[in-house]
Amino acid sequence: MAARIQVPAAAKRGEAIEVRIIIQHPMETGYRVDHVGKPVPKNAIRTLTCRYNGVEVFRAAMSPGIAANPYLQFFTVAEASGELEFFWTDDAGTQESARQAIVVAG
Amino acid sequence: MKRSARRRFLAGAGGALALTALPESILAQVAIDPVVQSVVRGAPVRRGRVKLDLPELADNGNSVPMKVTVESPMTAADHVRSIYLLSERNPERNMATFQLGPRAGRAEIGSRVRLAGSQRVIALAELSDGSYWMDAAEIVVTLSACLDES
Repeated sequence: MAARIQVPAAAKRGEAIEVRIIIQHPMETGYRVDHVGKPVPKNAIRTLTCRYNGVEVFRAAMSPGIAANPYLQFFTVAEASGELEFFWTDDAGTQESARQAIVVAG
Repeated sequence: MKRSARRRFLAGAGGALALTALPESILAQVAIDPVVQSVVRGAPVRRGRVKLDLPELADNGNSVPMKVTVESPMTAADHVRSIYLLSERNPERNMATFQLGPRAGRAEIGSRVRLAGSQRVIALAELSDGSYWMDAAEIVVTLSACLDES
């Protein structure tokens, strides 16, 4: 599943930067039925972690109470240039990841 | 531009409504909530420091923007450990838990939630000193999510 991550194009060291991620995922509630009346199994992203140059800086435990195509916005302190890595797992057991480079000046 | 007295009154009334602090009774109700208790395990829950931004009215409960902000210096000694987002009426009442630390720099989380009907949404923050702070918001959801076939 595709994900889009947005970080500021340039950040200053020590500054809290806004990170935004949107993941393409239905976050199925398990209460819907398909066109032939068969229930659609519950399937939501349960855990999402964000690592900044290998160090975990953010973690979210989610449920179907988060809207489809989950969007998250949070802050992290720009320490050094490098990479943000996101990992997530859903009820179907699918594990995915996405990464985004960060440029820190100073 | 002619702003009628009625318009001005409505704007003022809306503002006054938004400024009204959370009544004590809501805090008492929230504190005995079993889902809240499963998080705090008997620790006192205090009001303040946390701000939950949620629209007052949502036409559709499938995607409602929300934002939680906690007043905290976010240093190693004093920071927000977790933010819990709890729903009063959703089948899964614990909508989300966010874990942050001093590396966050700012205790602010934004997302979009799914709500099964008009209800009260609770944001509960656990600080590094072990104290719990909360805010609640009432929302009217015209078309509820989860339980209908959309």
